[in-house]
Amino acid sequence: MDLENQRRVKELTEQYGADNVVVLLGAAEGEAAGLAAETVTLGDPTFAGPLAGVSLGLSVYHICEPEVKAEIDEAVYDEQISMMEMVLDVDDICNEMNAIREQL
Amino acid sequence: MSNYAVIKGASYILAAVPDMVLHNGTTQTTEMIVNPESEYLKELPSHLRSYEDVLSYIPNQVYIGNMTNKELAETEFPFFDKKAPKAERYGKYGEIMPQDEFIGLMQICDVFDLVKLEAGFAQDVKAKLTAHGMLKEEQIAILDKNKETAADIEALVNDEHAEPLYDNFKLVGAVKRAHDVDVNLSAHVMLENIVSKASSVLAMLHLIKVTGIDPATVDYVVDCCEEACGDMNQRGGGNFAKAAAEVAGLTGATGSDVRGFCAGPSHAILDAASLVKAGTFKNVIVTAGGCTAKLGMNGKDHVKKGLPILEDCLGGFAVLISENDGVNPIIRNDIVGRHTVGTGSSPQAVIGALVTDPLDAAGIKLTEVDKFAPELQNPDITKPAGAGDVPEANYKMIAALGVKRGDIQRTEIPAFVAEHGLTGWAPTQGHIPSGVPYVGPCRDDILAGDVKRAMIIGKGSLFLGRMTNLFDGVSFLIEANTGKAEEASAVSEEKIKSLIGEAMRDFAKSLIAE
Repeated sequence: MDLENQRRVKELTEQYGADNVVVLLGAAEGEAAGLAAETVTLGDPTFAGPLAGVSLGLSVYHICEPEVKAEIDEAVYDEQISMMEMVLDVDDICNEMNAIREQL
Repeated sequence: MSNYAVIKGASYILAAVPDMVLHNGTTQTTEMIVNPESEYLKELPSHLRSYEDVLSYIPNQVYIGNMTNKELAETEFPFFDKKAPKAERYGKYGEIMPQDEFIGLMQICDVFDLVKLEAGFAQDVKAKLTAHGMLKEEQIAILDKNKETAADIEALVNDEHAEPLYDNFKLVGAVKRAHDVDVNLSAHVMLENIVSKASSVLAMLHLIKVTGIDPATVDYVVDCCEEACGDMNQRGGGNFAKAAAEVAGLTGATGSDVRGFCAGPSHAILDAASLVKAGTFKNVIVTAGGCTAKLGMNGKDHVKKGLPILEDCLGGFAVLISENDGVNPIIRNDIVGRHTVGTGSSPQAVIGALVTDPLDAAGIKLTEVDKFAPELQNPDITKPAGAGDVPEANYKMIAALGVKRGDIQRTEIPAFVAEHGLTGWAPTQGHIPSGVPYVGPCRDDILAGDVKRAMIIGKGSLFLGRMTNLFDGVSFLIEANTGKAEEASAVSEEKIKSLIGEAMRDFAKSLIAE
């Protein structure tokens, strides 16, 4: 996750509290989604940004995970996401996301 | 039928510049500032390729036209450990110029005496550029002005804020600053701009050669690189186009610069095609040179994974767009996709606006476009860096949208990608990979009858400039030429009488109806 986004996530969490923040990812593949999820939960694995050594433990999901899909109006999801759902390796993304959440 | 502008020809050039990777690529220059003792910087030089290895790299041979995209698609991935059967400097579209000659060309393209070369190096390069045979005698003679010793060059770098130029790890020259205070004329900026100009000049010289056009008949040049030239009072004042046209000998041309990040070339080709179709100009060249900043951009990942530095070449291209000749492929500037301010940023909205909306408006099915040319980055470069296979991702998105619309079945996605897609071969030089690398091969494919219709798709990340959060893109179709339209003949007297009669009858009917 780029340094600017790390800073914004950190600031928003400080402002609203970790319990009130959910991070929604749109990464195109599992590894990238996993790295971003790790950054906002356990801390920046590259030790380069504001979240290096900072474990925010935020709730984090990918837009293509079933938990998120269930929360969104079907027509909106169809119009905005369904094409990418067909393109992405959703199983791989879900596995990566679950693996990170299990470490919390 | 309408007289669309045609693609008369295209040229593609690379310059293999390993030392510029070390000294001018921003990944490296940033690392030198924040972590000068890093392992990456220590390991990097041993990952640089020789000129021979750059020549034998299959994607490079595809770029200059010695191999086809089909041959690349048939090459087992990854490409970096394979060798092209013929590793040649020159191809049907252009060449891969070695670094020393390119540095010489930079001096020839510099009209403000900013590039200084060590005298012995300059004489070596002079002999090589003479053998190269594409520059005029008086241009090559510019290299005779160099009287500087190695110590003089070192002094320029150490005491005068000049940017060093290296070849084979040795200091061979420098680019001086053009002003002592103005940051827009600093040595760093001047080096970037002269590199861009020189690579654009080289591309245009090859375009003149491959098309056989009389340089004096070129009316207009559009430059679409991603650099900006100007001083502190007009940072992007511009006209790389005219500056490069001057060196390329296009005495009858003026020009202007079009910018749009990676989408720049597609905007520029569309502009050029419209200017020609409107009759404003007969021959327009669209060109762009390369970018030093992006050299070795993904170097950290390549070094970490034991790969050679694959981003070691500057890229350039030029396309000649001319009046309809009844033969060359036409640019359908009336079937155009646009990402508008209101389009939205979801991939679905973007692909819809750029691909399916213009096809729907023209009544053309997705499957009736033989080839799509979106961002054509070489996956050998992007995959190890975690960015995936960019062209393939684009084709999957186009196919998935086709499934949603009912054009194809979901099980047909892989076949659609294979049939309508291209394997990426372009260097990651920003504006260079976006659609335009296929314009030359597309012309050949259409003239050979292998392709009837192709779509060029340019996409650009405008948000990088921090002026807007928007994304951008334009697309257009290239089609086989079905013959030149005759001038519209005058309407006959008989036809006019019949039209008037028809109108009178309609009027009478409407009166009766009332």
